[in-house]
Amino acid sequence: MDKLLGRAGIWLLAFGVAVAGVAAAKDTGFAIHMGIFAAAALIALVASLRGANYKALAAGGAAPADQSRYDDDPTRWGIIATVFWGMAGFLVGLIIALQLAFPQLNFAPYLNFGRLRPLHTSAVIFAFGGNALIATSFYIVQRTCRARLALPGLARFVFWGYQLFIVLAATGYLLGITQGKEYAEPEWYVDWWLTIIWVSYLLVFGGTLLKRKEPHIYVANWFFLSFILTVAMLHLVNNIDIPVSITGSHSVPFFGGVQGALVQWWYGHNAVGFFLTAGFLAMMYYFVPKQAQRPVYSYRLSIIHFWALIFLYIWAGPHHLHYTALPDWAQTLGMVFSVMLWMPSWGGMINGLMTLNGAWDRLRTDPILKLMVCSLAFYGMSTFEGPMMSVKFVNSLSHYTDWTIGHVHSGALGWNGMITFSAIYYLVPRLWGRERMYSLQMINWHFWTATIGIVIYAASMWVAGVTQGLMWREYGADGYLVNSFADTVAAIHPMYLARAAGGLLYLSGACIMVWNVWQTIAGKTRDEAPMYSPDFNPAADHPLPAAA
Amino acid sequence: MANKHIDEATGTETVGHEWDGIEELNTPLPRWWLLTFIACVIWALVYVVLYPAVPMPGGATQGTMGWTSRGQLAAETKAAEADRKVVVDQLNATAIENLPANPDLMKKAIAGGKAAFRVHCAACHGAGAAGSVGYPNLNDDDWLWGGDLKTLETTITHGIRYPGDAQTRQSLMPSFGRDGILKADQVADVAAYVRSLSKLEGPSAATGRGQALFAANCVACHGADGKGNRTLGAPNLTDAIWLYGSSSEQVQGSITVAHAGVMPAWGGKLDGATIKMLTAYVHSLGGGEASPAAAPAAAPAKP
Repeated sequence: MDKLLGRAGIWLLAFGVAVAGVAAAKDTGFAIHMGIFAAAALIALVASLRGANYKALAAGGAAPADQSRYDDDPTRWGIIATVFWGMAGFLVGLIIALQLAFPQLNFAPYLNFGRLRPLHTSAVIFAFGGNALIATSFYIVQRTCRARLALPGLARFVFWGYQLFIVLAATGYLLGITQGKEYAEPEWYVDWWLTIIWVSYLLVFGGTLLKRKEPHIYVANWFFLSFILTVAMLHLVNNIDIPVSITGSHSVPFFGGVQGALVQWWYGHNAVGFFLTAGFLAMMYYFVPKQAQRPVYSYRLSIIHFWALIFLYIWAGPHHLHYTALPDWAQTLGMVFSVMLWMPSWGGMINGLMTLNGAWDRLRTDPILKLMVCSLAFYGMSTFEGPMMSVKFVNSLSHYTDWTIGHVHSGALGWNGMITFSAIYYLVPRLWGRERMYSLQMINWHFWTATIGIVIYAASMWVAGVTQGLMWREYGADGYLVNSFADTVAAIHPMYLARAAGGLLYLSGACIMVWNVWQTIAGKTRDEAPMYSPDFNPAADHPLPAAA
Repeated sequence: MANKHIDEATGTETVGHEWDGIEELNTPLPRWWLLTFIACVIWALVYVVLYPAVPMPGGATQGTMGWTSRGQLAAETKAAEADRKVVVDQLNATAIENLPANPDLMKKAIAGGKAAFRVHCAACHGAGAAGSVGYPNLNDDDWLWGGDLKTLETTITHGIRYPGDAQTRQSLMPSFGRDGILKADQVADVAAYVRSLSKLEGPSAATGRGQALFAANCVACHGADGKGNRTLGAPNLTDAIWLYGSSSEQVQGSITVAHAGVMPAWGGKLDGATIKMLTAYVHSLGGGEASPAAAPAAAPAKP
């Protein structure tokens, strides 16, 4: 009873603070955001009062949750959130691709490219990717520790609080609230909120690790833990700001000039390294061996490449600032650490692909395994491309061009997207107690539309980027630049159209997934030619009983 | 828990751990992977010795190659300047009005001007110099301030109504409507008359009234015949070229609140040779006029 009152009190206090924030707001954006905060606090207050088990309380304390079952509610919600935000992110991506090809599609101020672009990047990275990581980490850490989730209330707070963070970030972009740092656009109060969420996430994840009934910690959990810890550090350091007013939505960054740029790209690059690489490698290390039903290829490789990856990645950020005011020595270090990072990155690909040894024939019949293998192939390609682009000689051509966009998307659409899709297809039947997905054939369709979409997207951006780079640096025989900037824009227009077509295909594949997931949750099974899917034994899917 | 056994498909021993059914093989590191990793590390170490790399108290190591990014930029700039030196020296020694006498140098100047135009001028005048509303088209022979080489050079060097340049082109049309010099209906009459000068409107009562108002207010700059005055940058109102639009509303708008476009003075930003190149390029676009002092045969006059 005390716990319930305490919780309700915290939400009431939060509601009061938010309402005061609305009243004292210095600008409309802050007022709207405090309004959203207040509404969220109110919902949380009502939910905690209505959701309480009063009968149990009256009987002298709530009964402890059933420790013989895994706690999968946050994972179920997280999978639905992943699919939802993924669709939003892909759709906005298509819209901004079309805006670049047809500038008339910009509708100022709320829906122009400058505001929709961070909406797209944050929706796909933090909303789609972040929800996938939180949901799968809760699922995986319980299974590989054979322990029920620690701090179940906090886990629910992490899920809902993270959705609130996404809503605040997204509405902020449309309202024009930004601190202008790529991938770290949300303003100071949203940063503070995310800090609370992230520390709670660490407590839930770490608490479950501490509760484990397995003697060793599985490799996926090393990657998840490094992802959670490092993202916390990156987020805190890159968001050291001084609010202009405690009731306003503006802040001034603590680091200025080239130091600010270096901190930003230390953050930005390691967001790729620890969010999009380490976190998703953790997913890979669980779902690939489970789906292939094969042992992980090499335990030694997993140890060496894990430590090499996390040690080397953190220094590679300066390669985003080649040929700028950043001192030469820092540029050199950014470049050599990036090149050294090539093999540690590939260690994950090797361990994933070679885990299929003894199951390669299943690629013909198992569409989820196809997604995984293709995902790893794109991972390998973009982790080769990245070190290559960090070499100054290459970077002098590729920097500031669409080649960078192509590189990011072969990683994001190929690696992050496809490994997430395969995880969703693996999890949905298990989480909702279905025999298999509604349709395995539709997974196959999704695989092909996504793959063709990525190839068109990446190839058109490579051509566009190299075209831009060569045109910008082209000197005529008389010693003068040949092209104006507008000439290069006109030259890559066909590539922009091709890119939008690739994005449309990728989005279409995701629409097929939505239908498939929807029908599976609804309990339907499509009558179709059979494809392979490993059997699932719900009886074995439970924590080890606590030692007496 | 340890349960080491040989995996049948690969013939490799497992490590003996198991998590939720997942086991791990005790495969050694792939040799090619390890060697490539070591090769990358060695390459990195060599690079760190050759180039500026390690931060130390009192400054980072300089590298044995003596390379700096500033040094590379200076060397490349110097090489590019050396390539252009012959032409630049020749241009500096040639007065702009004498340029047509040296067709080879003129050709090179136009090529250089084309490149400089794309960098400095295309933002307002367009990549093809066709201009847009408020930014003159440079392809035609309708010049506000004059289209011979010397005049163009002066315009580019000092700009138009550019604050901070004492010799900038200066003129200001009154805002007849806003400042109450003419009433709204009078503005409409003047606009009707002005439009009739280029046959956009037929004669009417309004153009009649407008003609009288024009004679009283506008002829000082635009001339009794409306053909303008290049000394003042007053546009010719009798042709089909309209910088701010020719519709009745647009012309009335220009009379009510006068436009006073600004072009930067490039003299402070670009060197003399580049300005000569830009002059030659703009002159070559189609509307260039012969220099008054030049021999009539040196540059063909446009009709």
